[in-house]
Amino acid sequence: MSKPIVATTSLAGCFGCHMSLLDIDERILDLIELVEFNKSPIDDIKTFTKQCDIGLIEGGCCNSENIHVLKDFRKHCKILVSLGECAIMGGLPALRNGIAIKECLDEAYLNGPTVRDNDKQIVPNDDELPMLLDKVYPCHEIVKIDYYLPGCPPRADLIWNALVALVTGDEMKLPYEVIKFD
Amino acid sequence: MAMQLENIIEKYNKDKTRLMDILIDVQSEEGYISEDAIKKIAGELDISLADVKQTMSFYHFFSDKPTGKYTVYLNDSVVAYMMGRQKVKEAFEKETGIKFGEVTPDGLIGLFDTSCIGMNDQEPAALINGKVFTDLTPFRVKEIIQDIRDGKNIEEMYRSDLGEGENRNELVRSVVRNNIRRIGPVLSKDYIPGRVIKEKLTSMTPEEVIHEIKKSNIRGRGGAGFPTGLKWEFCRKAKGEKKYIFCNADEGEPGTFKDRVILTERPKLLFEGMVIAGYAVGATEGIVYIRYEYMYLKKYLESILQGARDRNLLGKNIGGIEGFNFDIRLQFGAGAYVCGEESALIESAEGKRGEPRDRPPFPVEKGYLDQPTVVNNVETLCSAVKILLNGGEWYTTLGTANSTGTKVLSISGDCRYPGVYEVEWGFSVKDILEMTGADQEDVQAVQVGGPSGTLIGPKEFNRLLCYHDLATGGSLIIIGKQHNLLKDIVTNFTQFFINESCGSCSTCRNITFQMKEKLEKILDGKGIEKDIDDLVEWGKILKVSRCGLGQTSANPIVTSIRNFRHLYDELVAGDKDFESEFDLSEAVKASCDATGRIPVLN
Amino acid sequence: MSTLIKFTIDGVECMAEAGTYIVEAARENGIYIPTLCNIRGVKPRGSCRICSVKVNGRPMTSCTTPVADGMEIENNTPEINDIRKAIIEALFVEGNHFCPACEKSGCCELQALAYRFKMMVPRFPYNFPRKEVDASSPKLIKDHNRCILCKRCIRAIKTEDGKNVFAFVKRGRNVRIIMDPVLGEQMSDELAQKAVEICPVGALLPREKGYQTPIGKRKYDLEPIGSDIEKK
Repeated sequence: MSKPIVATTSLAGCFGCHMSLLDIDERILDLIELVEFNKSPIDDIKTFTKQCDIGLIEGGCCNSENIHVLKDFRKHCKILVSLGECAIMGGLPALRNGIAIKECLDEAYLNGPTVRDNDKQIVPNDDELPMLLDKVYPCHEIVKIDYYLPGCPPRADLIWNALVALVTGDEMKLPYEVIKFD
Repeated sequence: MAMQLENIIEKYNKDKTRLMDILIDVQSEEGYISEDAIKKIAGELDISLADVKQTMSFYHFFSDKPTGKYTVYLNDSVVAYMMGRQKVKEAFEKETGIKFGEVTPDGLIGLFDTSCIGMNDQEPAALINGKVFTDLTPFRVKEIIQDIRDGKNIEEMYRSDLGEGENRNELVRSVVRNNIRRIGPVLSKDYIPGRVIKEKLTSMTPEEVIHEIKKSNIRGRGGAGFPTGLKWEFCRKAKGEKKYIFCNADEGEPGTFKDRVILTERPKLLFEGMVIAGYAVGATEGIVYIRYEYMYLKKYLESILQGARDRNLLGKNIGGIEGFNFDIRLQFGAGAYVCGEESALIESAEGKRGEPRDRPPFPVEKGYLDQPTVVNNVETLCSAVKILLNGGEWYTTLGTANSTGTKVLSISGDCRYPGVYEVEWGFSVKDILEMTGADQEDVQAVQVGGPSGTLIGPKEFNRLLCYHDLATGGSLIIIGKQHNLLKDIVTNFTQFFINESCGSCSTCRNITFQMKEKLEKILDGKGIEKDIDDLVEWGKILKVSRCGLGQTSANPIVTSIRNFRHLYDELVAGDKDFESEFDLSEAVKASCDATGRIPVLN
Repeated sequence: MSTLIKFTIDGVECMAEAGTYIVEAARENGIYIPTLCNIRGVKPRGSCRICSVKVNGRPMTSCTTPVADGMEIENNTPEINDIRKAIIEALFVEGNHFCPACEKSGCCELQALAYRFKMMVPRFPYNFPRKEVDASSPKLIKDHNRCILCKRCIRAIKTEDGKNVFAFVKRGRNVRIIMDPVLGEQMSDELAQKAVEICPVGALLPREKGYQTPIGKRKYDLEPIGSDIEKK
């Protein structure tokens, strides 16, 4: 029987959730026995080469590229999991929510205390850049999300328990200590 | 100004429980309540600044900045929209050059929205400096604004006859019409003021009065329907230094205006009812809590009270009953629907935010100033007079076995004869439609009991108005087929509850808003089947709210789903399990504008 | 003189002194009813509604309702627990609760309730309202993003002569807490400290302090809120 296929991505996240995934220590060897990875920063596969069983999404959606990737994941994965606070509720990037985008850009590129050498008062506007969204969106407001694993980052044990349960079809055991929002 | 403020504070004996009156007077004298005034009031009443602000900021008609020499409050209730409010609003904005919520740069005119002002039978209507303007049209708006610019006083701007009856009274002088279309024991002119006090009360013990009221089986007319005799008995038995009778004249349920008519035409009956209640429970003070919107009746009502005092129908040893002392004062609100809830009303009368209290204890045990208090509806108190006059037995011959007596209905919307109708309980909705000249072929729904009531469709028009079927405080809004039920009616009602929530309960503050957002998602064509189910489920969360406002604020949505499910089903995609409201072009617009980029949306 | 009366919670026979609020009576009988706005020893207000139970079939807040003889109380039922969970979720989306960056995380009662009720994601969309952080007071930082409007500070923090230091202003979805500018400035360090302690979330914070307890050792890291009551 072929192994279940897992894909992962980090949208508007910090890769901390991916780090936490790697934090399962020696169980990573079991994981590799258990599943095959497709598109993911872990194996550096850049595009989907086949349909996957599980997609792990880190980060919320702050720009048009995030939206594109997230929809691509929905298309290619049977099960989508929002991994971590940013995917679930926008996380720290969403601190900008509620503030007008122009105000954010001006602060970041023109007026902020760390702005240097921007004599021409340029706000990046190259067409190659993804377009910023009016706010950072939780993933489930864009596509259907099947499971949520909170935490910043989610505890390694939480990720491990959830993944194993999803792969084996067993019931998810999520003890009190592993579900945390920080 | 400082002198005047001092006089105002002095007038209420520096009593912090009279903060509402002080704020009302300052607002009316100055047109707003300044930071300086707040400081002064706090200092004189020996309360914190925060205390003054928490009361002041609660009420719609208090303002911390000038609201214009002429302040226009345009009713935004459903029926106003049905009668052409949108065009009237646009005319106001066009003629003044400002938007609603603003004041003209010269400080002359301020435009504001306001919840139902109790004029549903003569909409669109507005309050301008406290006086009512009815039947507004864009043309009338043009005239009014011109008149304002010409410096005319309010009455010069009427351009129509004063309304009928006491609306013509020199102390009222209002263009409001009564539209009394059907009379009964409450509205009948056939009544001699003071007769029951003099002829009945003098020969009855308080217990006998309560017994008679109990025998009549009358229940509270405000909507909740608590047996009146029982309420009086509880209060009579409760221990307290002083007892109070409150008349709840804060009718704010959109579509209700019958108390306005009773206050205009039958205030003597009402006050006599309060005296009877006072006698029955052993109270010495009566307070009529009247909504701010009816301030134009203040002088008139005060003159009636004075007349009663002069005739010994109020004051000491009333009607010659040795030791029976009772007087009545008016307490005005300042724009808060929730104050119609009896404990919120008491809080407000004590000078506080109109937040309902936790119960128990109930007002009959611990009410105004923590003393035993009866709070009765205007109509209940009026009916009590007739019950004593004709006997409890007589009253049970009216209405049905379980819902005795009559109900004064406020009927508005799409019918030929909107107005006030007194009917016996047990009237069917169908009969009401016929009685009011509504074109039954053309009626798609009737809102029974205002937004907190039930929205019913033609299949249910044979239902009866009574406590066991359609219980109601008396507002009926007839809705013709030309209106979009969900967009025009249900959304407006839900927004009304959001605007009027006191904000204390987390449920009422949050869930009603979430439900409205969800309703809008469905209206935008982004809904799925589950969204409808969610609305029904979320409605249940509101049931744990503290007061009736919170508990019923899901009713417009929930009862419309129950009775008009097909309207929702038509809007949702039946086969989808997910639909996002997200719109990429909308979401990137601001950033592309800010950076001068052309959005690429593929 | 005390009168013990009998009542049941979820069918379990309990006893308490007549007049005790249900939430306290339950606690004395080793039963936890979740609360958020309630503080022991201060007049209850029933504003969060989380402690709602059914008393003889009717929804009532257990922090404001005294027990009476023969009461049948439903507490730990799927229906009531789902309403509680919904209330918690609604509070999360009403404000801006960025737990990862909050000084109170791990000791926050709102968060602890979310853990207890296994909130993985709120059923309501996030509102992301724009709210202010007010650091103007010399004693306290007031972060409106995190305030859940429970009124604890209003009810518990008074001056010696009984004046309110905190108050609600506006109404409905616009309500917010204000601190009296004069009394707030005059507030003693002890009173400010009390305000910080009484706040169930991270909306009232001391200046120049925070993150003092390491993750893993904070109040609700290992055991759910209410465990102490249930262990008795």
